[in-house]
Amino acid sequence: MNAFFATVRRDLLLALRRKSEVLTAVFFFVIVTSLFPLGIGPEPVLLKKIAPGILWVAALLATLLGLPRLFAADHVDGTLEQMALSPSPLGMLVAGKILAHWLLCGLPLVLLAPVLGLQFDLDASALGILTLALLLGTPLLSLIGAIGAALTLGVRGGGVLLALLVLPLYIPALIFGAGAVEAHIAGLGAGGHLSLLAAMLALAVFFAPWATTAALRIALE
Amino acid sequence: MRQSIVHWFKFASPQSFYPLAGRMIPWFWAAAAIFGISGLWISFFVAPTDAQQGEGYRIIFVHVPASWMSMFIYLVMAFWAGLGLALNTRVSGMMAQALAPTGALMAALSLWTGALWGKPMWGAWWVWDARLTSELILFFLYLGFMALQAAIDDPRRADKAGAILALVGVVNIPIIYFSVKWWNTLHQGSTINLTKAPSMAQTMLWGMMLMALAFWMYSIAVALMRVRAIILERERHTEWVKHAVE
Amino acid sequence: MLNVSGLACSRGERRLFADVGFSLDAGEWLHVQGQNGAGKTSLMRLLVGLSPADAGEIRWRNEPTPSIEFRRDLIYLGHHAAVKEDLTPLENLRLSAALDGIALDERAALAALIRLGLRGREDLPVRVLSAGQKRRVLLARLLTRPAVLWVLDEAFNALDVAAVKLLGELIAEHLAHGGMAVLTSHQPLPVPGGRTLVL
Repeated sequence: MNAFFATVRRDLLLALRRKSEVLTAVFFFVIVTSLFPLGIGPEPVLLKKIAPGILWVAALLATLLGLPRLFAADHVDGTLEQMALSPSPLGMLVAGKILAHWLLCGLPLVLLAPVLGLQFDLDASALGILTLALLLGTPLLSLIGAIGAALTLGVRGGGVLLALLVLPLYIPALIFGAGAVEAHIAGLGAGGHLSLLAAMLALAVFFAPWATTAALRIALE
Repeated sequence: MRQSIVHWFKFASPQSFYPLAGRMIPWFWAAAAIFGISGLWISFFVAPTDAQQGEGYRIIFVHVPASWMSMFIYLVMAFWAGLGLALNTRVSGMMAQALAPTGALMAALSLWTGALWGKPMWGAWWVWDARLTSELILFFLYLGFMALQAAIDDPRRADKAGAILALVGVVNIPIIYFSVKWWNTLHQGSTINLTKAPSMAQTMLWGMMLMALAFWMYSIAVALMRVRAIILERERHTEWVKHAVE
Repeated sequence: MLNVSGLACSRGERRLFADVGFSLDAGEWLHVQGQNGAGKTSLMRLLVGLSPADAGEIRWRNEPTPSIEFRRDLIYLGHHAAVKEDLTPLENLRLSAALDGIALDERAALAALIRLGLRGREDLPVRVLSAGQKRRVLLARLLTRPAVLWVLDEAFNALDVAAVKLLGELIAEHLAHGGMAVLTSHQPLPVPGGRTLVL
């Protein structure tokens, strides 16, 4: 378990020395969500209706933006090789890297989403549900994305390929995440959606680090 | 018991699988032709015109078997991939690689015929129906699998990476299917349901079954042909391939 | 303790080597030699368990590898820098120890860096160090990580005369304490004894 926290600390420290890389994903999220009203028109009723979908799709793309970097730097400088040969289980180190990735790429989106939601005239309770859904959903995106990042590590055209592999797998998270807010606005209650998101998260926490580890070992061969 | 295991593993080597596949291919082609011709004959000339949908409904004789195959082939592909990962048998990875294009073809065919059927029935080429949407996602999964395998030069690494992706996909397919279904009922876009066709006539069912069998046989035949090509390509430096090609 | 037998490896269609076997006991070391492309690095990666062999077996303390026990006893330094450019030598050393689950206090880490001749460089980002100094940061792990088997691939590259001598001393000390080493190099190595394997 110490190795897990050491990995989280290491990746956070590295990100601290390279702040710009973390901020790009956040700025991307802000800019993309602001583009939609400009493309669709400032009609408040329409914007309010599509807001959950827009915020979720933007969060999904922003997560995708940071994924190729998850293992690439460690792969190039050989530290990933050292991790694979470490006495600590590689799965533990990988789980640490995924958590660090979420803290750097996912959590800022969760914290920013309520502010951006205000642009779309969402009321306080809808903003609360949106934040909660993102809080459950963004770790899921990081976990599933890590599998794709490991599979495309060192592969030609890895970035585009990563999007092709990962985006279809993101669909359930998108459906239940955006659906939770929509159901709440429609007065149906978001409980069911949120519990399903939590269930998928539990499943992914269990399986994704394992699949990622297997994919990384193949990439290192 | 011991002997039968040895017997089965014999065909896990490309060298012994290659001639076996070669012997099986003509039989599957013949079966595909017989089932296909009789199935088409029943579906076009014997099956009655549908009371509500007219002649246009006949496209389901292609559409439904294609959809079934597209889903089933993904399962078979994931099975071979998992087997290859667990037992490290080389033919398994090649089988998975050989099945993917056929699966993608079936998914594309299903989407295409679905659109052709949808235009007269629903008045639109595309509706965000739960089945159509999940079929589209399945098509994307096939594309991802093929793109990943094509992007990796080392065939052994390509097999293993593809296998992990196929297994991740197979875990996700039911989740995707049910989420899309739920999404669809929440939004209540179209209320038309394919399965609600009231008591399908016996001949229609026959036509559908024969067509499904024809698609099965075709898929097996094509996958075996493709796996033979893959074996030749990957084993081209070995002695037995040089003899086999002569 | 280390028993290798019947090892074979191919890259694509080319057979690199077949039927390679050797064994090492406490205090022994092996010098792997061969031309460029003979498969020295491939053999090293097979040995540590990064890539699978086409055939053959590698046993450590009579158990098949790779296993957690094997990794605990193993240190592998390859061609890569394997240090983070944005961190200082001290941070690199302490974080890699933490990842390996080894407690390493600052004093011990500092002592290792000083032994490797990096006094005064411990708080600079590795980015600003020279290639040879980066290599020394990596080599400091040999002192901080208690391992029995050292697998060093071209470890003498990019080192100056003093560092080559120092690394030779470190390996000799390690062997004297019952350690083992597998080394690749094109030059004669400043380590006494040892057997040679030519690929």
